[in-house]
Amino acid sequence: MPNFTLTINGESREVRDVPADMPLLWVLRDVLAMRGTKFGCGRGLCGACTVHLNGNAVRSCSLPVAAAANQPITTIEGLSEAGDHPVQEAWRELIVPQCGYCQPGQIMNAAALLHNNPNPTDDEIRQNMAGNICRCGTYNRIHDAIKLAAEKGGAS
Amino acid sequence: MSKRKDAVEAKIWRLDRRGFLKATGWATGGLALGVGLWGCKDNGPNGEGAPPPPPPGPPRILPDAMLYINIDNEGTVTLVAHRSEMGQGVRTALPQVLADELDADWDRVRVVQADGDESKWGDQNTDGSYTVRMFYEPMREAGAMARRMLEYSAAAIWAVPVGEVKAEKHQVKHTASDKVLDYGEVVAQTEDWKAVEIDGPQLKAREAFTQIGKGTAIVDLDDMLTGQAGYGMDANIEGMKYAVIARPPVVGSSVDGFNKEAALAVPGVEQVIQMDTAPFPAGFDTPKGGVAVIATNTWAAIKGRDALGVTWTKSDYSNYDTEAYIEELKASAETGGNVYRKEGDTAAAQQASSEVLDTTYITPHLSHTPMEPPCALAKVTGDKCELWAPTQNPQWARGAIAGRLGIKESDVKINVTLLGGGFGRKSKPDFMVEAAILAKETGEPIKVVWTREDDVQHDLYHSISVQRIRVGLKDNAVDSWHQTAAFPPIGGTANKETVHPSVGEVGLGLVDFPYRVPNVTIETGASPAKTRIGWLRSVANIQHGFSLGGMLDEVAHARGLDPKDNLLDMLGDDRSIPFDEMVEGFTNYNTSVNEYPWETGRLKAVIEQVAKDSGWGKKMPAGSGLGICAHRSFLTYVACVVEVKVTGNQITIPNLWYAVDCGTVVNPDRVRSQFEGGANFALSAALRSEITFKNGAAVQSNFHDYQVARMTDAAQKVHVHLMPSEALPTGVGEPPVPPVAPALCNAIFAATGKRIRQLPISLG
Repeated sequence: MPNFTLTINGESREVRDVPADMPLLWVLRDVLAMRGTKFGCGRGLCGACTVHLNGNAVRSCSLPVAAAANQPITTIEGLSEAGDHPVQEAWRELIVPQCGYCQPGQIMNAAALLHNNPNPTDDEIRQNMAGNICRCGTYNRIHDAIKLAAEKGGAS
Repeated sequence: MSKRKDAVEAKIWRLDRRGFLKATGWATGGLALGVGLWGCKDNGPNGEGAPPPPPPGPPRILPDAMLYINIDNEGTVTLVAHRSEMGQGVRTALPQVLADELDADWDRVRVVQADGDESKWGDQNTDGSYTVRMFYEPMREAGAMARRMLEYSAAAIWAVPVGEVKAEKHQVKHTASDKVLDYGEVVAQTEDWKAVEIDGPQLKAREAFTQIGKGTAIVDLDDMLTGQAGYGMDANIEGMKYAVIARPPVVGSSVDGFNKEAALAVPGVEQVIQMDTAPFPAGFDTPKGGVAVIATNTWAAIKGRDALGVTWTKSDYSNYDTEAYIEELKASAETGGNVYRKEGDTAAAQQASSEVLDTTYITPHLSHTPMEPPCALAKVTGDKCELWAPTQNPQWARGAIAGRLGIKESDVKINVTLLGGGFGRKSKPDFMVEAAILAKETGEPIKVVWTREDDVQHDLYHSISVQRIRVGLKDNAVDSWHQTAAFPPIGGTANKETVHPSVGEVGLGLVDFPYRVPNVTIETGASPAKTRIGWLRSVANIQHGFSLGGMLDEVAHARGLDPKDNLLDMLGDDRSIPFDEMVEGFTNYNTSVNEYPWETGRLKAVIEQVAKDSGWGKKMPAGSGLGICAHRSFLTYVACVVEVKVTGNQITIPNLWYAVDCGTVVNPDRVRSQFEGGANFALSAALRSEITFKNGAAVQSNFHDYQVARMTDAAQKVHVHLMPSEALPTGVGEPPVPPVAPALCNAIFAATGKRIRQLPISLG
């Protein structure tokens, strides 16, 4: 089986003997023991596994590792040094999480949204976040936290 | 302390260092308290390993169980969270109560999650919206006790009368001399706590509360925002292997054949193990069985499972078809026969009625789909088993694993992780037993991972329901109410003969019909379970609340009354309703109606409040409407108004208002968050979710066809009004759910004139 070089949160990581079609999610979780990125559906339907590839939000459960090699990958563990990305700060201020399981994916998706669109409208937030399911139903606070992060210049 | 039937009673023990270490495993010095929990031993099954009855199970009290509190020489307060955290904020709320009475600095309070051991920690079954209701008073007493002990000890250190010292903000002060000791210093200077005699805990006056009533941030917040929070899916130990299981798609069917070699040919797959398949019904803790694939990573296990190509035998349930079953349930709701409540003579009354409204309300099976699918990691060494799992009910898992492996319960250790959502699914230990079986069989630590397909297709589903309601009107008043419910009961998953719901299940908003009607009949029709039925957030309140909430709106229109005015009119004068005298065995959420009366005045008050907040009665633009519903569940009174905007077949919910009377509120932010989220959870069932069966198997498999509410479906604004109250705390996890779907359907009627009597809503 092939080997891959992944660039994760600014660090180069060698991954040996994994099938080329293994989704990035399972490489992160089971091979590299980086478990902040969550498994929710395995079909790109819920967004729990969202990471950044080249700065864009992607569903790592549906992205073969071969397609992620040699490009910058950011996971929740590397979104900020001290957990103080403007999106994380807004989440903290509004106490968004309930169970918290989907929140790494929500935060990564929101950070990518604000990076591409620093001042999204209410409707743009809803459309862009519609791929991320939260069964606890924290949608209202997620929405408000994105607005708050945008006000505070959350595109960084 | 009063002997309340539902609450535990605190008795507080001072422990020496050795006793504390033995009890908790914490090697620590300082002040150690055990809060013994008992009372009401006649209040439910108490046998070791006995599964609790269908929810909400009564709290079980064991005589030696304690909650442990430690204050060390640095003044750090450590306490056990013995209940499971699944997003309801319990790891924060109970510590808040204790810290308040202790007058501790919140930043110096540490929470340690208890392992699953009922004999040690007391009832850990986190279900039925119980935790704050059960433990509010004991936690207050424990905190107050510790505070009083610190005061007495400091007074002794200073050789001053205890009346001259006061504990406040993590310090004890002697006002006359300006002497101050930090709690840690008092602890460090106290030789023997057993020698400190006190005059008993003195609870704070409400106006002195510093944490109770405060929206303190949840203790796991930072971990959750940075990917550090540890869920069951994240459990990991040395040498761990991953298992994915092909389970019988139809209950009661068995493995016919499979291609073992094909699975073993997948790189990373190490073993293929056939498991015993379960008959049906087999209860809640027996795994369905099937064929397990063991691999070095989850992906290989999934690919290996795909390669198995398992074929299955037919079972008696291979023809289960929900479309056909709804017709059977309609017939059953026609027949009825199992009467729970009867006043007057509805049949005779309806003969004499000027008008009889006769309608049927239908709700489908639902799947829990917590964002973290079921999963568990088990390690078996000799006759011992250790498990890491996101469980709502570790004590049940412990008994089930011990029973299945044939080992002692005391040799099973359950480590409770954070839960990535629970909603009742993670009460059932079936997935944890799977991990234990495979760990024993392979001799290796095994993590069983359920894929989303496994979760949707092998759940213990919320029950499908058909309810027929016949309402007789006379002189434009409701003269008779005859409701016949037909839904497979939870008990049908354990016993084939159980075809009618328990009195507990009908007590979830069906027999506790609180409206003034002279002739009432409430009964059920026989409804055998044909798939595994479980309990889902608010349980049968979902179907009972939907039927009742919709029908009351129909009655309002038939009477020519505003729907809110109709509710208030039908509720009548303020009174406590003696349902215990009207319904044999009435459960009242496992408490007595004396402790928590069913008070129409409290329901009326939330109705009036939500009407005020929502501007009820205002003129709405074309295509928009307001709908109202009020429902008491888990002892909490909730009224809800939904604003809907209908454009073609498109439903938008600009606003949703709640008024809530849940007694004393410990953490208002978490209570609000339960209602905000509960609204959206309920909207999933109202707008999107439905499990159907064809040829015995669930048709849906993942979030593309088992749809749940997304941000685009969510209520755009959720307004929560918490009624000021000094009453005892009541449940908040489940009560947000029942009134939302009926209020929405009533709003759609107001907006469009279309009456919705079946979920999920279809406007097409």
